[in-house]
Amino acid sequence: MYKKISFLFIFAIICSKQILAQDSTDLMNLLEKEIGPNEADQTNYTTATFKTTRLINGHSVENVGKGVMDVKISHRFGKINGGAYEFFGLDNASMRLGIDYGITRYLMVGIGRNTFEKTFDAFFKLKILRQSNGKRRMPFTISYVPTIALKTIKSQDPNRKNYLSSNLFFTHQLLIGRKFSDNTSLQLMPTFIHRNLVQLIADPNDLLSIGIGGRQKLSKRISINAEYYYQIPGYKIPGTTDCFSIGFDIETGGHVFQLHFTNSQGMSERSFIAETKGNWGKGDVLFGFNISRVFTIGKNK
Amino acid sequence: MLSLTMQAQKIYSKNGSISFFSKTSMENISASSNQALCVLDQSAGNLQFSVLIKSFVFKKALMQEHFNENYMESNQFPKASYKGQITDISKVNFSKDGNYSVATTGELTMHGVTQKINSPGTIVIKAGKISANADFSVLLADYKITVPKLAENNISKSIDIKINVALDQKM
Repeated sequence: MYKKISFLFIFAIICSKQILAQDSTDLMNLLEKEIGPNEADQTNYTTATFKTTRLINGHSVENVGKGVMDVKISHRFGKINGGAYEFFGLDNASMRLGIDYGITRYLMVGIGRNTFEKTFDAFFKLKILRQSNGKRRMPFTISYVPTIALKTIKSQDPNRKNYLSSNLFFTHQLLIGRKFSDNTSLQLMPTFIHRNLVQLIADPNDLLSIGIGGRQKLSKRISINAEYYYQIPGYKIPGTTDCFSIGFDIETGGHVFQLHFTNSQGMSERSFIAETKGNWGKGDVLFGFNISRVFTIGKNK
Repeated sequence: MLSLTMQAQKIYSKNGSISFFSKTSMENISASSNQALCVLDQSAGNLQFSVLIKSFVFKKALMQEHFNENYMESNQFPKASYKGQITDISKVNFSKDGNYSVATTGELTMHGVTQKINSPGTIVIKAGKISANADFSVLLADYKITVPKLAENNISKSIDIKINVALDQKM
């Protein structure tokens, strides 16, 4: 009997000592076990696949945030092989002025005016799927961008009545992008362009191409971007070349500066994807830049 | 005799509020999260916090993106956590209403770096409800959070952090 009591006494002391000496790391582990949420229950959506809404000439899978306005000023200069007299192309500049606006987190709109053939363009971009991991896994971010462009430069042909519809171009793009790591992102851009008016009967009204592009971060705020649109044979305007561009993105707080070399002077989709005439091999390369400045004017989320 | 072991009452909250504030002559930056996990052991005074960096909400979407992508690198370091102790927990009478000033000591881990933090705090008991508040500041450099030269004038080197938790759940 005496042994039993002393055994219980010692046992009780040992128990109490153990509980008081419990490692405090258990508190958080206990809590997380009891209430969740652990990592497997949450879906982690990928953000910042690219630094801005354009890759170089074409769109990236990024949207501007809700209530955010993005002012875009872009220049493409003339061909560098124009030589010193043309100041290596700087004398001949093509410009685009545009404004993008985020209506919701997944829908943005934008308008712009290009000096190249005096083209107006307007688009909306709808984010259909977001890349995510965790509970819901989606390997890609997918967006749809339809663009309409209106060429307003006076028609060269005085014999033909210049209908408005003759100067309209419709582009439909599906952007499929994936952020492979913090530093590397790639995207595919299958593209369909419809032109109402073509020069010759044999020329196609419907053009198909597939773009591929990506970015590789060199530091937290600088990345190198490249973009190439391959026109599908049989669905391209004869005599045109494929657009290839390579450049840098530099991000500084509210601005993103994109500096690049390309072979297209136009900046609306139907110009650079389908009507490029420059040839990298012959040195028909132009220097260009895009400046993007973001203003928050509506309510976030 | 058999009840020599004391019932350690552990209370917690899933929706603690943590906000931080940076003040410079150029711009004020603030963000807050109301998804902080906080747990307090009432007898031993053990106190722990855990919060997901991505749960901090800013007024400007781009600022939130830069915060996660460039500064906190939240893909690599998804959480900030605190493990510490209220050293004078015994002076808090949890059954009596009042404001009790306490002292805390512990370690804060953020952006992959752990630093010792000592801070005063307040435990407020009102109509039987327990809440805890703290107000302290941290230096960005201590946690290897780098600010580029271009943004130096927009982001303060020292950030004020406010914590407010209603410890209304029992474990």
